[in-house]
Amino acid sequence: MLRFALTRFVSLTLSLLIASLVIFAVIEVIPGDPARYMLGINASEDAVAALREQLGLNDSLALRYLDWLGGMLTGDFGLSYTYKVPVSELVMQRLWVSLPLALYALALSTLIAIPVGLIAAARRGSAADYSIMGATQLGIAVPNFWFAMLLVLIFAVTLRWFSAGGFPGWDAGFWLGVKSLTLPAFALALPQASILARVMRSALIETLGEDYIRTARAKGLSRRQATVRHALRNAMIPVLTIIGLQFSFLLAGAIIIENVFYLPGLGRLIFQGITQRDLIVVESLVMLLVFAVILVTFLVDVAYAAVDPRLRRGR
Amino acid sequence: MTKLFTTAAAVALMAGTALAQQDTITVGMQLEPPNLDPTGGAAAAIDEVVYANIFEGLTRFGPDGSIQPALASEWEVSEDGTVYTFTLRDGVSFHDGTAMDAEDVVFSLNRARAEDSTNAQKALFAGITEVEAVDPLTVRVTLSEPNGNFPFNMAWGDAVIVAEETIEQAATTPIGTGPFTFTEWVQGDHVTISRNENYWGEAPALATATFKFIADGNAAFAAMMAGDIDVFPVFPAPELVSQFEADPRFTVIEGSTEGETILAMNNAVAPLDDVKVREAISHAINRQEIIDGAMFGYGTPIGTHFAPHNPDYVDLTETSNYDPEAAKALLAEAGAEGLSLRLMLPPPTYARRGGEIIAAQLREVGIETEITNLEWAQWLEQVFTGKDFDLTIVSHTEPADINIYARPDYYFQYDNADFQALIADLAVESDPEARAAMNKEAQETIANDFVNAYLFQLAKVGVANANIEGLWENAPTQANDLTDVRWTE
Repeated sequence: MLRFALTRFVSLTLSLLIASLVIFAVIEVIPGDPARYMLGINASEDAVAALREQLGLNDSLALRYLDWLGGMLTGDFGLSYTYKVPVSELVMQRLWVSLPLALYALALSTLIAIPVGLIAAARRGSAADYSIMGATQLGIAVPNFWFAMLLVLIFAVTLRWFSAGGFPGWDAGFWLGVKSLTLPAFALALPQASILARVMRSALIETLGEDYIRTARAKGLSRRQATVRHALRNAMIPVLTIIGLQFSFLLAGAIIIENVFYLPGLGRLIFQGITQRDLIVVESLVMLLVFAVILVTFLVDVAYAAVDPRLRRGR
Repeated sequence: MTKLFTTAAAVALMAGTALAQQDTITVGMQLEPPNLDPTGGAAAAIDEVVYANIFEGLTRFGPDGSIQPALASEWEVSEDGTVYTFTLRDGVSFHDGTAMDAEDVVFSLNRARAEDSTNAQKALFAGITEVEAVDPLTVRVTLSEPNGNFPFNMAWGDAVIVAEETIEQAATTPIGTGPFTFTEWVQGDHVTISRNENYWGEAPALATATFKFIADGNAAFAAMMAGDIDVFPVFPAPELVSQFEADPRFTVIEGSTEGETILAMNNAVAPLDDVKVREAISHAINRQEIIDGAMFGYGTPIGTHFAPHNPDYVDLTETSNYDPEAAKALLAEAGAEGLSLRLMLPPPTYARRGGEIIAAQLREVGIETEITNLEWAQWLEQVFTGKDFDLTIVSHTEPADINIYARPDYYFQYDNADFQALIADLAVESDPEARAAMNKEAQETIANDFVNAYLFQLAKVGVANANIEGLWENAPTQANDLTDVRWTE
């Protein structure tokens, strides 16, 4: 067991190290000088040179890589070139928007998808099944930014129940924060829920055809009991995989929705960092996301074991 | 009686809330400033928050672009034009309570011109040889040669007066002398500023102002419509402005900017080193079509690198009028038929949309273009610094910047010794009439040399709640001066 944990740890560290090397290399080779970007087209050459010196851009690549890596190990992510504040501070601020938003959207998507998928599978071939399948097809096809704009037009511009976007900060009050994340969370959750519901349905239909379900029914369990007690649990594995993938996507990939609702989230920070050549912010942020994805994958593995005792023995 | 009283109280309460609402404002901006230190970066968004609100210079731009006294109540120039003596206002203090005096001016100017200075407009301070504090309220600036433009240079956001003790923190907590003090910055979302009760001038009507950052045009539209934003001084989506025009709740403010939008040509490489080819390209361009197609009708055609609202402006659009036949003849004359040129486009809509239209117009006269879309950082590296381009579209937003044509290593690489001499003379000339004549000559020279194809003056199209007054109509510099802004009802 200890050996298993150790190999797991080594491979995790190696993945992170390789990721850091790739991220650093890729970001450093994209053209564009951060100092020139900051000072604009009227700046004199010596002002640009002075800023490059100040930002440490004249050091060798290897030195800068080691500096960055060493800093991260000690929890110091460096100072943003453009914002002039510590990257960790910048990321933490954004994380407090992106993480709750991702969790909110994920909760909505799961709460919608599981019962819907269950109904569709249990009533396979019925009118309910067909309309659910049609609706989810639509949910996947509709781009989420378009759905987001529709939500804004209805609930912000016409009804004025919500503001059209922005995030007042958690200091302004918990419910205000939740309220401002509600429309974005729905916009994000719709396509995710549609995908999840379809996965749920097909996984459930498959397990409902298994021998052990027939056995359970033969033992005298009702259809509902057999579904809930035996089929549902077994159908959860693909669903959990999808949920894990979706969470990673929601954390980093909500950039378009963040733009529609002008939310100060991680996606927009990465985007701004790239356009402004705030290399250190981009590098640290991408690294953090890699770490998050690896962590989520690990947690999903653990969750597999929780629903499927066979996986616990680690074969 | 009780009922009446309750009603009265309710009315009073409502009036109270109404009044309370009337001294705050939410201003929309497309881009968030990267930091709030105007002396350390070129991003327009910095000045759009802090200029005239938080920081002030010795002089300042008025809404019409004129140079007005700010922290210096008056100034004198020596006979030979090399010594400027500024008299500072008495009783001015920084937001942290410390007094602003001559030492702060000496520090600010010396810091900006120092060798390791990272000021984006370092050229503004280039002629200074010495800055002295004569007494706490008098500063003497000595220049190496006369510079009639010096008070103008001191009005820029890059030349504001800062305090030595607080400048290091200015990126995140700016401390200036202006009518508003910095309150908070929720990065990615908003910056809030509040009325400075100890302001040396007349205190502003607004108690607080919030700058909110909305990059997307559709989101900006929704935020205005939902009432989340009171004013969007530069509205990011011109195609949606007509909907505000039709709505009585809003006013549309159309003004001019200092942004000469040009199709820049690489004067140093063939075939664009041939003036005939450049002339042909200038005649191939239909300006109005670009203004209508790319800017939805907002913008003024220009024929040279000068702002039309400037009194010294000369209308030279006829020199390079739309004449495709003439363009074809010139190309034939130059032996440059069947040209293929690279057109590099930075991100702004004027460039991306304008580029498509220009490509079509050039095709009409037999010039093929290969369009490459670049991000700003790439554009700066490849086009601006590397000079690896044939054509590009960009708006030059600095005020009175015709002097860039006197820099032979500037990205479009125009090298004309006569023009350089003219600009050198202009820099030391302080007689307004002589300056006007020189400005005219400069405009004509670059128009007749067809250095670049001059397209249009970028318009400033803003949208505001109809009950707000006191906003700047034009943008003589990139600023949102909120000093005189108030709600009318």
